[in-house]
Amino acid sequence: MKKQGSDGNPASAMPALPEPLKDLKIKYTKIFINNEWHDSISGKKFEVFNPATEEKICEVEEGDKADVDEAVKAARKAFELGSTWRTMDASERGRLLNKLADLVERDRLILATMETIDGGKLFSTAYLMDLGACIKTLRYCAGWADKIHGRTVPMDGNFFTFTRHEPIGVCGQIIPWNFPLVMFIWKIAPALCCGNTVVVKPAEQTPLSALYMGSLIKEAGFPPGVVNIVPGFGPTAGAAISHHMDIDKVAFTGSTEVGKLIKEAAGKSNLKRVTLELGGKSPNIIFADADLDAAVEFAHIGLFYHQGQCCIAGSRIFVEEPIYDEFVRRSIERAKKYTLGDPLKPGVQQGPQIDKEQFKKILELIESGKKEGAKLECGGGPWGDKGYFIQPTVFSNVTDDMRIAKEEIFGPVQQIMKFKTVDEVIKRANNTTYGLAAAVFTKDIDKALTFAAALQAGTVWVNCYSALSAQCPFGGFKMSGNGREM
Amino acid sequence: MAAVNGAVENGQPDKKVPPLPRPLRSLEVKYTKIFINNEWHESTSGKKFPTYNPSTLEKICDIEEGDKPDVDNAVEAAKAAFQRGSPWRQMDAPSRGRLLHKLADLLERDRVILATLETMDTGKPFLQAYFIDLEGCIKTLRYYAGWADKIQGRTIPVDENFVCFTRHEPMGVCGAITPWNFPLLMLVWKMAPALCCGNTLVIKPAEQTPLTSLYIGSLIKEVGFPPGVVNIVPGYGPTAGAAISTHDSIDKIAFTGSTKVGKLIKEAASKSNLKRVTLELGGKNPCIVCADADLDLAVECAHQGVFFNQGQCCTAASRVFVEEQIYPEFVKRSVEFAKKRLVGDPFDARTEQGPQIDQKQFDKILELIESGKKEGAKLECGGLAIEDRGLFIKPTVFSEVTDNMRIAKEEIFGPVQPIMKFKSIEEVIRRANSIEYGLTAAVFTKNLDRALTLASALQSGTVWINCYNALYAQAPFGGFKMSGNGRELGEYALAEYTEVKTVTIKLSQKSP
Repeated sequence: MKKQGSDGNPASAMPALPEPLKDLKIKYTKIFINNEWHDSISGKKFEVFNPATEEKICEVEEGDKADVDEAVKAARKAFELGSTWRTMDASERGRLLNKLADLVERDRLILATMETIDGGKLFSTAYLMDLGACIKTLRYCAGWADKIHGRTVPMDGNFFTFTRHEPIGVCGQIIPWNFPLVMFIWKIAPALCCGNTVVVKPAEQTPLSALYMGSLIKEAGFPPGVVNIVPGFGPTAGAAISHHMDIDKVAFTGSTEVGKLIKEAAGKSNLKRVTLELGGKSPNIIFADADLDAAVEFAHIGLFYHQGQCCIAGSRIFVEEPIYDEFVRRSIERAKKYTLGDPLKPGVQQGPQIDKEQFKKILELIESGKKEGAKLECGGGPWGDKGYFIQPTVFSNVTDDMRIAKEEIFGPVQQIMKFKTVDEVIKRANNTTYGLAAAVFTKDIDKALTFAAALQAGTVWVNCYSALSAQCPFGGFKMSGNGREM
Repeated sequence: MAAVNGAVENGQPDKKVPPLPRPLRSLEVKYTKIFINNEWHESTSGKKFPTYNPSTLEKICDIEEGDKPDVDNAVEAAKAAFQRGSPWRQMDAPSRGRLLHKLADLLERDRVILATLETMDTGKPFLQAYFIDLEGCIKTLRYYAGWADKIQGRTIPVDENFVCFTRHEPMGVCGAITPWNFPLLMLVWKMAPALCCGNTLVIKPAEQTPLTSLYIGSLIKEVGFPPGVVNIVPGYGPTAGAAISTHDSIDKIAFTGSTKVGKLIKEAASKSNLKRVTLELGGKNPCIVCADADLDLAVECAHQGVFFNQGQCCTAASRVFVEEQIYPEFVKRSVEFAKKRLVGDPFDARTEQGPQIDQKQFDKILELIESGKKEGAKLECGGLAIEDRGLFIKPTVFSEVTDNMRIAKEEIFGPVQPIMKFKSIEEVIRRANSIEYGLTAAVFTKNLDRALTLASALQSGTVWINCYNALYAQAPFGGFKMSGNGRELGEYALAEYTEVKTVTIKLSQKSP
């Protein structure tokens, strides 16, 4: 399965997987403004936990409105006409992004270990996939820096007209906890490529890799104030960003519920531009003529990847009636073969959920599935006596009105439903306020292209799932988001 | 000297000025053979040809002389490297970009070596080779490295029940024939977009200046381009060059050189297999100085514009039109500049002008200077060669030049500045456009209306306003009329190295 993350070196496909670092020291726990580290103005700190052990990793300075204000001041100054950043050649901005990619490559092991401990992500996935994607995205955007073209326009009358594509200004960026480093890069790379300055608030569950990036950004040579990082909580630091009168644009990845609050705040404050990457309840449609082994495998990874904590999770699997039973059987087999445990250890295939809140919500939705009459095929409860682990769970005979078929679970819970005809499944797949991704498995070119046109989703995969790459635009229809990344 | 972007290195202003680089004395020339499949070969015929240092007129070394059979071998290798399923065709686009970046890194590493070789082979001042030629090469490689994974087609809403999209595919085996005035830079201008788009190459560098092109063969191998992707066959135009332009298995040819040879190449392309052709040819470029111009700026730009690289630039400002009111003052200041120009050993850091490339060019330039004198132009300074021995010509300025003189019509390619007078904008537009060339033009004025009117009216591929020779990888470059076909640099070069394929798929019913 092609995933973003394979090594750019043409000679080898993937780098060899090293061992994670033992006793990783967390060096960066403060607020990053003007290339310097600051304590919070309030003096408060907050705790960061390892979800596999529920133990505290360290404390991080807790940013609030006052700290966001300082960060915005710095970002605004760095964006002034005549500043080092504004007068830098576009190609030089590209060089800095490439340098940053080099530094991420150099510190790949540190960042992967950190991402695992902070986010509960499998170390092999963090090292090979997440870090690979970060490096590739930085290099992709580096290449665009001096290719932001405007146009000349033949106007009526005695006029000479041309367009300029100018940077927006100070961009607030609020990052989620499921792919902390990748989402950080997806936001800063295009923003910096186009000449903006940024104020980033990483998720409170996972601030560590973003803060480490602050040290690399300084080392790469970005001028002070171009990137500022304020760890803190949503209702405080996050709201300060979305309401700020001197932030020109806010980009947010997270839940649809919070996305709506952000867009509202933007409207109420200064009409700042808004891009949102929100939730999904993505349909994965399997036809009888599909390559069944491939379909089962893609459907499985498409749901269970990173403990089901993906906006693109294929969480409604529609299987054509004739192959339904076989598909369910193979899916259960696939889900049963799992080793849960500490994501730092080799041989572990599933780590913990991110925190207690998510853990409880997922278990609650599993209970609703049982209550509302879906057939529990395997799993269905927590695992282990420490850490937020949930057994890989498969429900069959799911109907569209059940909560597990409508609400985003964000956990290792796979729903399999049955369908008869093309028109029926198109209707049912589109019958949701979400519209992030979708997939169809078939060998028939006619079906494939019909679904590509008919599905209301920002990305439609044919005979694959989760194929993401820096070169392809990504974003949601309907309430899965506004705008596109990559 | 063009400012290096290193002044803002790492996004922070330089703390101090770095020392000037120094050329390598007694540089050993390591690469003198034909480069095919990442290996070095002797010529099929066994023949070699000499390459000379135009400053000392001494032979530098002998180079394997490629001819048709060698070109055939190179094309075989390039074709094989381009086959479906080959490592180059299978390589992800961003990986192609990484290889181009790494090549730029190696040029940076060997910058002093390459600048020294270029000076030895062409006679251009070493500091110019280092700061201008090599800077352009590195930046162009990095620019196209960034494009590699952004060669996008489109989806197109056609009538009826079809899904339609385009693919921008590599053309295939590209022949590149490069000139002697900017040997390495002109090679990179072709190599970078060609490789970025996934093509393979067969290159014939100018016989006067093969050294840096062959050196880059060694870097291409070191970086890890698969064998056969880049092949380099030194040799002569009528033999190796013609073998390329007539070759039935070469899909596209790019040539930089004289208009006369460009026409032959286009003809040969048509007669053989209709290979696609891009040409960067000569120019007789108007430099228009209006009375309201910043006079110091205009004089200096016009001066550098014609004398840079010993006058051996397709962009040379070889027709300077000055508005009547400021004509005498402009001529006076231009003569001062020309008299001050330091001509000498290109390895000396103070030298601004080196020798002409060879005897043939030298003779042609002096002949045109004589015609200027004979046809009644006023010789203000210079007008002859510097010593008995050697290819050095004094910076020469002619005033009272009229449009019918040979020096006003023919490309001189030497350190000769013809200055003419004009009265009105309408007149100068007509005169500037009255020739078959159309490569570049420049306008010096503070008046916005005038600047934009001239920018629209001049039949030139590039129009510079209040500057000269402002060339950057991001901006397309090429000629109107007989100065060329197609564009190099910028996004536009991508179109010259890709072939568009439209894919149309029938559906059983119309999809919105």
